[in-house]
Amino acid sequence: MRRSVSIAGLAAALVLGIGVWGTGQKGSVTSAQEKLSTMEVKIDNFSFGPVALTVPVGTTVTWTNRDDIPHTVVSTDDPKTFKSKVLDTDEKFSFTFSKAGTYPYFCSIHPKMTGKVIVQ
Amino acid sequence: MSEKKKDELLHDHNHDGIDRRGFLKCMAWAGTGAFCVMKGGVLNSYSLSRMSEISTADMMGELSFVQISDSHMGFNKPANPDVVGTLKAAVDKVNGLSATPEFMLHTGDISHLSKPEEFDTVDQILKSAKPKDVFYVPGEHDVLNDDGKQFLERYGKGSKGGGWYSFDKKGVHFVGLVNVMNLKAGGLGTLGHEQLEWLEDDVKHLKHSTPIVVFAHIPLWSVYPEWGWGTEDSAQALAYLKKFGSVTVLNGHIHQTMQKVEGNVTFHTAASTAFPQPQPGKADSPGPMKVPAEQLRSVLGITDVNYVQGQHALAVVDSSLA
Repeated sequence: MRRSVSIAGLAAALVLGIGVWGTGQKGSVTSAQEKLSTMEVKIDNFSFGPVALTVPVGTTVTWTNRDDIPHTVVSTDDPKTFKSKVLDTDEKFSFTFSKAGTYPYFCSIHPKMTGKVIVQ
Repeated sequence: MSEKKKDELLHDHNHDGIDRRGFLKCMAWAGTGAFCVMKGGVLNSYSLSRMSEISTADMMGELSFVQISDSHMGFNKPANPDVVGTLKAAVDKVNGLSATPEFMLHTGDISHLSKPEEFDTVDQILKSAKPKDVFYVPGEHDVLNDDGKQFLERYGKGSKGGGWYSFDKKGVHFVGLVNVMNLKAGGLGTLGHEQLEWLEDDVKHLKHSTPIVVFAHIPLWSVYPEWGWGTEDSAQALAYLKKFGSVTVLNGHIHQTMQKVEGNVTFHTAASTAFPQPQPGKADSPGPMKVPAEQLRSVLGITDVNYVQGQHALAVVDSSLA
């Protein structure tokens, strides 16, 4: 029983495209929820994907730059909720959203690149 | 006109505009290397293959300078794993020009990631150029992480506000503008209120006959806003320059040569010394374009600019590194 929950959790995580390294041993319902609390945004071809991401409160979002050109991830709120340093190719930036709301952001180097995280 | 040769175009221009067909041909040639000069409202275009036949008096004048751009020191991706080598090739090209340019303009993206060692490398390579003076404006890659503090410390001595400045050489007024700071989400390049006010004041007392050269990183005309290739408030800047008979605007950023003439204003973008970018809208994104290694130097280059007193506009010549 313990084992089957773990496999279900693993499958759910894979469907969501989330890495599960190091968490597969716990095998409890709680760990499945922990896995849900990480989401990814990919930067490809000068765009954020997905452009709008909806996540539950407490989620950590990780952006990965897959372009040959550096980008940034900067909140457009005033004051800024989050601001990455410059991300070169394959570099990542993470931010944990602890409050509900809509968080628009952009790449401060290429301002045509915009996206948002909706936290519910 | 009866002696017109195959590669030469002569077009009459009315005061209200230019010959579209001739202008487009000039545009088309600009991509492969062209020489365009306007004399008294007549636009002359020559392909670079015929440059040797053009009299030196037409090419050289009171003032000759070179624009280089987008050296992206630190870039090491497949589009060009050797940006040091291609920048050195650009310097060789400059040093090989028949008339030694008085100075160089670097229109930004000196570095790829604003790292001190990237700036140091470029400084070192440019020391071997014959022209000793280099005037810089920042690209967005030069002001990462610190709002341009490092750039200003290195290159901004004597500049105003965010790094803008002007100077005069042999009767030509040069204006270096900064349009890569404080960019707003969803927007284009920005000059900002403070800089625009400074520009208005800077050119207010100049004679209308003074030739003006404006240089900035992001194009000051709307090349392709979908990719951010334009400047939000450039129209206001150009309005202050309307009274002048000859305005030449030199930009970089788009890593390809492009030219446009609008009234008395000639807009020109220079090639990069590092890697090419696709033509507007011809790819999914404006990212670095990979071309076969043996073709790379044919899509990189320098721009040579000559001013002949009494002529209507400056002559702008692009040369590839091939």
